[in-house]
Amino acid sequence: MFSIVVAVLVGTVVLWVIVKYNNLVRFKNQATNGWKQIDVQLKRRHDLIPNLVNTVKGYMKFEQDTLEKVIQARNQAITAKGVADAAAKEDLLTGALSRLFALVENYPDLKSNQNVLQLQEELTSTENKISFARQFYNDIATKFNIAQQVFPGNIVANIFRFSPAELFEIQQPAERKVPAVNLSLKK
Amino acid sequence: MDISRYRVNIYEQQKANRRKTILVMALFALFLAFLGFGVDVFFFDVDPQSLFIGGFFPIATVTALLIGAGTSFWGLKNGDRAVLASSGASPVTDEPRFQQLRNVADEMAIASGLPRPKLYVIPDKDLNAFATGKDPEHASIAVTQGLVDRLTRDELQGVIAHEMSHIRNYDIRLMTVVAALAGAILLLSTWARYGMLFGGRGRKRRSSQRGGGGGVVALLFLVLWILGVILAPVIARVLAMAVSRQREFYADASGAELTRNPGSLAAALEKIESAADPTRSIKRGTAHMCIVDPLGRRMNLREGKVADLFATHPPIERRIRLLKAMAYEHPEVAGR
Repeated sequence: MFSIVVAVLVGTVVLWVIVKYNNLVRFKNQATNGWKQIDVQLKRRHDLIPNLVNTVKGYMKFEQDTLEKVIQARNQAITAKGVADAAAKEDLLTGALSRLFALVENYPDLKSNQNVLQLQEELTSTENKISFARQFYNDIATKFNIAQQVFPGNIVANIFRFSPAELFEIQQPAERKVPAVNLSLKK
Repeated sequence: MDISRYRVNIYEQQKANRRKTILVMALFALFLAFLGFGVDVFFFDVDPQSLFIGGFFPIATVTALLIGAGTSFWGLKNGDRAVLASSGASPVTDEPRFQQLRNVADEMAIASGLPRPKLYVIPDKDLNAFATGKDPEHASIAVTQGLVDRLTRDELQGVIAHEMSHIRNYDIRLMTVVAALAGAILLLSTWARYGMLFGGRGRKRRSSQRGGGGGVVALLFLVLWILGVILAPVIARVLAMAVSRQREFYADASGAELTRNPGSLAAALEKIESAADPTRSIKRGTAHMCIVDPLGRRMNLREGKVADLFATHPPIERRIRLLKAMAYEHPEVAGR
């Protein structure tokens, strides 16, 4: 009788460990996949930027500085290693790009150029995709990390040496800052 | 207006939706069985009492349920193609004029973590959109040309997010099955009506054999059944509409969760409403799938109990109010 009770208990524990382990593996794969989604979009952005710069540089002779900063930020971003590093460098690139787009507004020729419009749409979309993919990745990574930390799941996570996933966070102070809003009606 | 009803957490909503779905499907099945059972009793002369003794095979009841299952199965396999073909939709090409639509759909696919649905454009100037298919891996979104032409990027994103939510929540599968079951009920009630016109004999014979107390019950059932047959098209529609309306609010809310921008869908709905011409290329049978009622019926613009019962969609104004409330733009929320 006693041995049956023990067998049932041990069996239950083993089953529980298997279920928990499989859950963790599933989360891990989802997080890896989520990161790949971001990576694909980052690569796409890196590929699009030289096109954009080449298209606009003829018109924007007096904005060499801005253009160079975009190229620099892009070249830096390509060499990023790991989630945190990529997040920081991509944020710099995002900032440089948004300054470029703001300047494009000053050039009517550029604003009506079909090529530029298409590139701008592609980059806007890529930007959106990056932020949606980041959202999706962070959600999954958070779930994965919580599953590793709560009791008693943390025992299983420790035994099999799962490590928490890094979140893709905004690091640039400029992006964290609350934007200054001027509500005065003066033009 | 009760905003809180549509702002509970997503898992509770999904659970509640599943419960309601099962309830509605059960009602459809019951109604099909009821139609079939009447045929058994009145035309095939089966005594309902022998149901409990054995030796009774309700052939029409079983046939009715089989037809329901059959049409549902067919709908899941071919429904999306049939719906797309009937609205004259053609696949979105690589042309630059669809660049934004393709991009927005890609973005929403990423945001929801699903594969990108196939995209279709309906050559119609009106503003409308619908999603169809059997699951997220086999899903399609169709939008009218007018929608592509007249919405801004953000508004288009809001609409696609709404449709993407229908896909993510498996609404597309439910609506396909509901449409198929409503079709089955229409078919059966039509048969039953012809049966009543041409086959009254069996009924007379049986009532003369029995009579007494059982006769009253049988008569009552007969009256109910005839009413059921006559009202079947209306009942089927009310059931279908009930399912559809429930899902619209939820798709609005979870679409806003995808874009994190409820205001863009609200703006899109305002634009769509102000251009509320009937979308001619979308057939009546597809109405419950669209983002707004394509038939331009006034019911969807009005509020009230009767209007609520027959409309495929909740009043647009109420949807806009709820979306704006989510964006904290609404006076009730902002406390203005």
